[in-house]
Amino acid sequence: MKHINGSTKISVEGLNLYYGPKIALKEIGIRIPSNKVTALIGPSGCGKSTFLRTLNRMNDLIDGVRIDGDVHIDDVNIYDRSVDVVELRKRVGMIFQKSNPFPKSIYDNVAYGPRINGIRERARLDEIVESTLKRAAIWDEVKDDLRKSALALSGGQQQRLCIARALAVDPEVLLMDEPASALDPIATAKIEELIYELKENYTIVIVTHNMQQAARVSDHTAFFYMGELIEFGETKKIFTTPEKRQTEEYITGRFG
Amino acid sequence: MQEREQNVPTQPGYHTGVGGARDGSGENVSRIGAVDHPVRSHADGRRRMNRQDLRKRFRPGEFLIEKAIAIIAFVSLATIVSIFIFVFRETLPIFSSEEKPAAVVVPQEEETYGDEFVGEAAKNIARSDRSRSSETAGGEGVATLENLLGLVWSPVSADPRYGILPLVVGSLKVTLLAILIGAPIAILAALFTSSFAPRWSKEVLKPAIEVLAGFPSVVIGFFALVVLASVLQKLFGYQYRLNAFVGGVAMSLAVIPIIYTVAEDALNAVPRFMTEASLALGATKWQTALLVKLPAATPGVFAALLLGFGRAFGETMIVLMATGNAALISLSMVEPVRTMSATIGAEMAEVVFGDTHYNVLFLLGSILFLFTFSLNAVAEIFIRQRLLKRFRGI
Repeated sequence: MKHINGSTKISVEGLNLYYGPKIALKEIGIRIPSNKVTALIGPSGCGKSTFLRTLNRMNDLIDGVRIDGDVHIDDVNIYDRSVDVVELRKRVGMIFQKSNPFPKSIYDNVAYGPRINGIRERARLDEIVESTLKRAAIWDEVKDDLRKSALALSGGQQQRLCIARALAVDPEVLLMDEPASALDPIATAKIEELIYELKENYTIVIVTHNMQQAARVSDHTAFFYMGELIEFGETKKIFTTPEKRQTEEYITGRFG
Repeated sequence: MQEREQNVPTQPGYHTGVGGARDGSGENVSRIGAVDHPVRSHADGRRRMNRQDLRKRFRPGEFLIEKAIAIIAFVSLATIVSIFIFVFRETLPIFSSEEKPAAVVVPQEEETYGDEFVGEAAKNIARSDRSRSSETAGGEGVATLENLLGLVWSPVSADPRYGILPLVVGSLKVTLLAILIGAPIAILAALFTSSFAPRWSKEVLKPAIEVLAGFPSVVIGFFALVVLASVLQKLFGYQYRLNAFVGGVAMSLAVIPIIYTVAEDALNAVPRFMTEASLALGATKWQTALLVKLPAATPGVFAALLLGFGRAFGETMIVLMATGNAALISLSMVEPVRTMSATIGAEMAEVVFGDTHYNVLFLLGSILFLFTFSLNAVAEIFIRQRLLKRFRGI
């Protein structure tokens, strides 16, 4: 068990995940602090995305996935039988690697979440759309084109729109799966800035392949390798004085 | 520990200098370095291109296959075109025949096909009537525009009437009924198998429904005639046993698998990341299917509807057997109707070649063709221009 001081939002214990007979995550134990950015790093196929997806039970959608162990968010074991997956996902939002706006207008993309939650009044929706677009730092760029198709936006704008869409359902945790890997450096910088601002109100877990990005945006870093959590600690420490040799080799670019 | 290092992925490191960073990483370097670069190992740096190597080559197999495919394609195209030409040519005499003196005004004997029990007998009487009248009048009925747009279809009466409107109305009635009944069922079934059905049931359902598409329409027609008609009459208690409604229900059986198959494929083609985005926002499966999948698959679902429409409009056997075949114009859905296709199917075998009646039947064929053709054209334009713009943001 890797322990971090401060209040814990997500605490995972003894988590194993299998794809059919293959084990993909081995005995993961981690405490993710609230209102901080936690970065998950590691080479491709090390299980960091799979782990991220256990936190809002997106892995439930994949055939043949079996999970044992404990994943608590605050006081709730999210794999308990009594937990409603739909409600859980409203509280734990997710941003994907490839920006995936719906083929609808910008407005309808952001209003999608509130609408499925039963909000119908025009004025209320307008208000939510505007405030979340502002929080996602994209309002100024799109405020005159809210009726335009979201697919007409650039890649970076689409990704920030997706963040706005996730924020519109008012989650507590934001999971980001390589949110900037398909973007150019300028768009990436905007996303990182946004992440920095968002952590005030949300607990953010971000998977990244980009070591500098992990160093820049995160407070804590977890290094995954071959389905195991090798090391977890404050980002500064992981990047300067890692305890494990594998961590050091990975972050200095000797493999991965 | 040791084993883990053996499996170190060999792709280049991120944010490291090319190659150099690998030096000095201990024992696992030797393994990485041992893998030869597949391209570099063949390039030897001294080879040069010359004209001889790059000269154009004749590849006989390639040539033959290409030509054979082209010929087959053109033959099928030519066949289609000649069918069109044939149908239209046989239609033309209606419009080109010189104005004959207006048909002899014989007090109209109402003759319909409404009563199925006397249909054949009535036809025989009508035929003898006509031969008598043609002796006396010295001509057949003329298909003037006025006659064609009339409200009575009685091509074999003493005073033949070629009013095609009842037939057009009949076709539209049955087709619309079939689509109204079949489309919701088919689309909901497609949504179910593409979004909700557990895998095993999907593997049973989809092939089962698709087998229905290959069902001979005469079997469906027979089923409608013998079973469905009685059941529906008992259920709803209307007057005529065979009518547009029975035809529509039976036809929906033929249309459902077509709409289902195409719509299901369209729904399955909706990218996974789109449905995941919706589910990750806390949408239920139904909300995702209805609000994300269905809109994204709209062009495909629309194409499915049109295919179904085309099939229903041209379908002959089912309507011939199930609709009662009376050329009536009415808004009631539970009265017998006669469709264009059924008219051609029923009358073509008995008609005199070159007769006006014969030409009018071909006119019906042309209308069927033009209708389906323009439907497809409109659909094409609609899908390309409007829906694509709306849903793909092009």
